[in-house]
Amino acid sequence: MSAAAAGPVGPVRGAVQRWTRVSAGFTTGFAGLIAAMALVPVALSGNAVQEMTTLLTFVLMAVMWNALAGYGGLVSVGLQAYIGLGAYATVWLANRGVSPYLAMVIATLFCGAVSLPLSFLVLRFRGAQFAIGTWVVAEALGIYVSFDSSLGAGTGTSLTQLDAYSQGSRQNYTYWLTLAMTVFFVGLLFVLLRSRLGSSLQAIRDDEEAAASVGVRVVAVKRILFVVAGLGCGAAGALTLANILFIEPTSIFSVNYSAYMIFMVLVGGLGTFEGPIIGAIIFYVIQNQFSSNGTWYLVALGATAIAFALFLPRGLWGELEARSGLRFMPLGYRLRAARASGEGGPPP
Amino acid sequence: MTWINDIVQGITLGGFYGLLACGLALMFGLMRIINLAHGDLAILGAYLVFLLLEHWHVSPFIGILPVLPVMLLLGYVLQRTLLERSLRSGLLVPLLTTFGLSIVIQNLLEQGFSPDVRSLGQNAGSIATSSWQITSKLSISTIGALTLGVAIVIFGLLQWFLSRTQAGRQMRATAQDPDTAELVGIDSRAVYAWATAIAVAIAAIAGMFLAIRSTFFPYAGPDNLIFAFEAVVIGGLGSSLWGALLGGILLGVAQTIGGQINPEYSILAGHLVFLLVLASPRGGLLTLGVGGLRRARAARGVTT
Amino acid sequence: MSLLAVESLELRHGLLEAVRGVELTLEEGETVALVGANGAGKTTLLRAIAGAHRPSGGRILFDGRDVTRLRAHDCVRLGISLVPEGRRLFGDLTVEENLLVGSQRRHGGHWTLETVLAAFPMLERLRDRRARTLSGGEQQATAIGRALIANPRLLLLDEVSLGLAPLAVEAVYESLATVIAQGATVLLVEQDLTRAVSVAERVICMLEGRFVLEGRRGELTREQITDAYFGLSRGAAA
Repeated sequence: MSAAAAGPVGPVRGAVQRWTRVSAGFTTGFAGLIAAMALVPVALSGNAVQEMTTLLTFVLMAVMWNALAGYGGLVSVGLQAYIGLGAYATVWLANRGVSPYLAMVIATLFCGAVSLPLSFLVLRFRGAQFAIGTWVVAEALGIYVSFDSSLGAGTGTSLTQLDAYSQGSRQNYTYWLTLAMTVFFVGLLFVLLRSRLGSSLQAIRDDEEAAASVGVRVVAVKRILFVVAGLGCGAAGALTLANILFIEPTSIFSVNYSAYMIFMVLVGGLGTFEGPIIGAIIFYVIQNQFSSNGTWYLVALGATAIAFALFLPRGLWGELEARSGLRFMPLGYRLRAARASGEGGPPP
Repeated sequence: MTWINDIVQGITLGGFYGLLACGLALMFGLMRIINLAHGDLAILGAYLVFLLLEHWHVSPFIGILPVLPVMLLLGYVLQRTLLERSLRSGLLVPLLTTFGLSIVIQNLLEQGFSPDVRSLGQNAGSIATSSWQITSKLSISTIGALTLGVAIVIFGLLQWFLSRTQAGRQMRATAQDPDTAELVGIDSRAVYAWATAIAVAIAAIAGMFLAIRSTFFPYAGPDNLIFAFEAVVIGGLGSSLWGALLGGILLGVAQTIGGQINPEYSILAGHLVFLLVLASPRGGLLTLGVGGLRRARAARGVTT
Repeated sequence: MSLLAVESLELRHGLLEAVRGVELTLEEGETVALVGANGAGKTTLLRAIAGAHRPSGGRILFDGRDVTRLRAHDCVRLGISLVPEGRRLFGDLTVEENLLVGSQRRHGGHWTLETVLAAFPMLERLRDRRARTLSGGEQQATAIGRALIANPRLLLLDEVSLGLAPLAVEAVYESLATVIAQGATVLLVEQDLTRAVSVAERVICMLEGRFVLEGRRGELTREQITDAYFGLSRGAAA
């Protein structure tokens, strides 16, 4: 990057640049990774495919929670409402003859539709009222669902319609749908953040009242994020059902999901794009490697959370970004000084 | 007229919720910390009383007395080591810390005490089971009345402490503006630590009452936590401490009446009342009003 | 021995240098005014002396004791009190509570609730009013009273006239004169040059984190001060 030798007076011509070499390289690599991941069912065993599906659902949940909390400043303790709704709506639809995988997609949309009116209730608040409000909504939904005997009531239910597929096919189709959904929502978030919405969000994060005073439609912006998170978590719920096959109200609507989301995002890096993905991978690894150790694994999980909170509060990616100034995803703006010949620096 | 009986029962249940919510409200009001480990600290208190009662056969009401200074110390240390540091990194980090703490406490309790469900009801003797027959239709359980009474006393003491003592004044000042509080000679870190100490000690008292009127086990913390949070939010944030008790009482009444309609509906009824209060214009029973809350937040430099 | 000695002080906001190479001494009983444009570093310097801002270099000595790394509440106990910019009262506390909250359990000292109310008569009838309902002048009086009640040996005042109507500023400075007459050592930051020069024996001008002009009241001309204020000449140090 060449700097113009500007004099003490007179303007320096510059151009706003959104892509850097690093971010361009990384994005290309990322696209390659997704292509590679699509081939997983071909290359790996059924068990591994199922594990990868689990990992991807964690990534989806973490990215959604980060969208609300990291970018929207809304700490939700109630996204499990949509996880549960997504799962149960899938069962409901499948019981009425809808093909299971189509049912999952429709269930996702249903969750988005539910999140819209709910947003009018809870988006009046911030902070603790918002957090507890969303938690209570999730609990209430879970109890309500547990009354419905056609959905298995308190003992739970499963997506028996998936028995129509062989185990291998079911695992593969579930994986591909999960991959598609995860890529879709991560991509959707990326597009939103690059758009004017992204700048509005930054403004809101810095000073909500000041943002409103320059015309940022604060609540509308938050509502968009809220509905996206509802959609994404609805998808995660439907996919979790397809992955673990059996669900019950207390577990699929459990606040533990929120706790895991908090862990994944804060360990990975709140408010960063890459952070939740890293955090989901870490969480998945801890779950996988150590869950056989019973309660001690949980103690280790808790201790890890505390350690990160004390020593790496910005999360792994947050620390990396802060120290190196590296941005892998082209989400920011860079000002490039004009070249000596007078042109503005062109973006690639 | 069993409704009157239900309302009275709900009020005494609310006393317990209020007691559990008290420490939460204190920590949130002062430091904006949402303590996800609060329920587990209450259960820890119950287990400490249980431990004491294994060797020393007295009533839990006596057993709690030596446990209180231990919990005070625990709260103080917790604040000075974990929470103080977490607060400096932003308001979300304490969520992660208290989440971690919650899991650690639950699982250490299971390791130390086994997952068995226990109760301190027998140790409390007849108090746990007796009741006063006021009229033919109306009776109040002794333990319920006692819980409510203790809750009122504790809330009253705390309120008196905050309004009328120098230390309480300093706590209120620090809640408003910790930076300026330092400038007038208040050690804000010590203030925070004492607040957490008090909050944890009161949680232990709530835990003891839970153990007497009901049962407890290592993972019982989170079950009750949501009720405590509901009580705080129903009562209204940014207002006086009494809001948490009033919120608890409203929640208790809602749950009891809902349970009358159908035992399965009790908790859901509580949630619905919570959502109704939240949807109402003021958003809470004793809320300062949106302007007041925003002012209070602005004074703290908080936009979330 | 000077009451306050600041040696080669360096203060930063993150990576940005706010104050560099500042040397300052204050004798007991002196009143010194610190003037300068916005962003010159005056507030930062005052906050550092009060213990609210950690220096990145240099020393601060109070009564011979190194207080560089001391936190603000410890500085108050030693006798340094700051009236911060913008008053920063505790809005929900009453005037009386605001005043009392600053009192230290130290024996002796002229300033008590009664004497402070006597020095600021307008506050007497406002005792039970919530601080956020007061006017600017009333808030300023309360803020100064709150700092005084700790019986400081060094009183730091940051822009007490900011945002106040002229009459209110008049009242504040009248009370300030009483305080100074009591023998307090005062370091005040003031945008109003006339006021600053009228009350202080010594005037220091700051620009971009450095002291650029220093002198006694009679010695410096208005032109010299205004030039230094705007950085139009690197003025002669006294």
